[in-house]
Amino acid sequence: MADGSIGLWTVPLAVLGGAIRVSTPFLFVSLGECITERSGRINLGLEGTLVMGAMSAYGISYLTGSPWLGVLAAGITGALLGALHAGICSLPRVNDVAVGIALMLFGTGLAFYLGKPLIEPTAPRLPAIDFGWWSDIPQVRAALRVNVLFLIGVALAPILYWAFRTTRWGLLIRTAGESSDAARAMGHSVLLIRLRATMVGGFLAGIGGSFLSLFYPGSWNEGLSSGQGITAVALVIFARWDPLLCLWASLAFGGAAALGPALQSVGVTSGYHLFNAAPYILTLAIMIITCSPKRTLTGAPAELSITR
Amino acid sequence: MTTEAADSAEVAGTIAPAADPGFLQRHGGTIEYVLIPGAALAGALVVFGIFVAMFGKNPLDLYFYMYYGAFGTWFSWQNTLTRAAPLILTALCTALPAQLGMVIIGGEGALLIGALSATSAALALQGMPPLVVQIAMIIAGVIGGGLWIMLSGALRQYRGVNETISSLLLVYIALAILNHLVEGAMRDPASLNKPSTREIGAANMIGSIPGTDVHWGLVFGLIAAIAAYILIYHTVFGFAARVAGGNIRAAKIVGLGVSKLILTVCFLAGGAAGLAGMVEVAAVQGRTNANLAAGYGFTGILVAFLARQNPLAIIPVAILLGGISASGGLLQRRLGLPDASVLVLQGIIFVFVLASDALYGRIGFLKGKS
Repeated sequence: MADGSIGLWTVPLAVLGGAIRVSTPFLFVSLGECITERSGRINLGLEGTLVMGAMSAYGISYLTGSPWLGVLAAGITGALLGALHAGICSLPRVNDVAVGIALMLFGTGLAFYLGKPLIEPTAPRLPAIDFGWWSDIPQVRAALRVNVLFLIGVALAPILYWAFRTTRWGLLIRTAGESSDAARAMGHSVLLIRLRATMVGGFLAGIGGSFLSLFYPGSWNEGLSSGQGITAVALVIFARWDPLLCLWASLAFGGAAALGPALQSVGVTSGYHLFNAAPYILTLAIMIITCSPKRTLTGAPAELSITR
Repeated sequence: MTTEAADSAEVAGTIAPAADPGFLQRHGGTIEYVLIPGAALAGALVVFGIFVAMFGKNPLDLYFYMYYGAFGTWFSWQNTLTRAAPLILTALCTALPAQLGMVIIGGEGALLIGALSATSAALALQGMPPLVVQIAMIIAGVIGGGLWIMLSGALRQYRGVNETISSLLLVYIALAILNHLVEGAMRDPASLNKPSTREIGAANMIGSIPGTDVHWGLVFGLIAAIAAYILIYHTVFGFAARVAGGNIRAAKIVGLGVSKLILTVCFLAGGAAGLAGMVEVAAVQGRTNANLAAGYGFTGILVAFLARQNPLAIIPVAILLGGISASGGLLQRRLGLPDASVLVLQGIIFVFVLASDALYGRIGFLKGKS
């Protein structure tokens, strides 16, 4: 430990820093999935989208020298994968959960295939804003180095909350999710609404992936994402399809995920792997507490296959 | 490739009715189940060929080496069958719950827990006769894996937790438990670079089928798949499970114990994947370490969907996909393709197979005249 004077405070500080740093991919994937699920479809393939996003962001950032172009490329890749998911799901009698699993395998495989030459080189990273300038303690400064993407994500949550409630598009997405018949009666194509919602969801998940490779951990390798995508999908369920709750849940998850490394930094190494599994255990625990066999979940879109 | 499939369809469509006008009405469904996944597979191979061609490789070389690496020689056949063994078992982990309308994708977790349990049993019984140790390993592997997936089933039945997500989360938890034990309590101090448990001992390995290099795990897989088929299609229990899968309300009205069905089926499903873990330990690795998380559980999901959740159809499909992964090494050496190319191909096949679901009942000449 470099600074002995703050002692065990390192742990909560690292958890706070982790909540800010690690939560960003959770935040983007869960907000994206929230939009998709509100339209009445579930995309389990966002795990693959996340990895593809991370790979393409790293590749484009390396080739062009601009990390922001990388972020954009990650979003576009995600939107394309979303379009693929929506396209297959719009065929009759195709199960959206199964298509999600397929795209999870496909996205991961494709990212590993195309990303093979990217493991060695170093790509330009995204810049961070130093909110810890007032402090002399290095741990505090490290915890408060915040990435712009995190701020965008935090801003996006209330915007989506507002958009779902008041805008025409928000209403259309919710109608498609609650009753496809009603949306059809209003003269809208449910498939088209869901296609757009899935593409936007994929776009956001791709950006979440770009954060992984361009900021934290900040490199491309095949072990980059281990289930963050799927955890974020589960997170939407216990956030009750509410973008604001997605934000708080993502922060809690980031904190939980940072617990293992934080404890390791103060010398608690036993149980390192168990602490690393904390987000998954937490997800499962919260799902056990909040779900019930008797009633459908409050706030669940009625058309969603996974809650029926 | 697609034309080839269409040709064989035409043959079936023109010759058969001449001999027996009712042929298509009676067998149209069965033909569909072979034809549509076959066409999907062919389409996926074509797309993968185009994909590989974009990287400057010759797709014809690709197909040749895939065939050669999978089924070209006796050596590659043995390699393929060795890989098919765990795939049959992990595919059952998805296919059995599917009869109840459940989508379980956590076979990888049950495999890891089964491997851990089997290894623990073997290490606890050191010095006993090998047959006793092996039987104990089988029992421990099945129970370990079975309880792991039964947990997903119980959570769904009693708490309404979606089984797809819970089973996948349990994969990551299983991996964490495995790493925790392998690097801690169960670690062999001699394993420096790759933390592992102690070896179960050469005498306790299940060995190969005489005359081959294929281990006995293949026989376990075949027995399990056939037993699962009989259970699902030829017993009252299997019938009840399919009724519950078709209409859960109807099943409750006629008094079927749905909870018991779900828990039992999930236990059997997890038990199959746990047995795959036992086989990997007792026939391949000889110990438990992170090598076991080789993705057999995830490929098993694809096998189950490609076999349309039919336990008997799982056997040829597992051999086919075992062949694809067996040819991966050859593709890497001869064509310089990255090892992930097998994953890409699996992903493309999966997408095609699911999209082909839309075709059932829509192929004109198979509908018959009624």
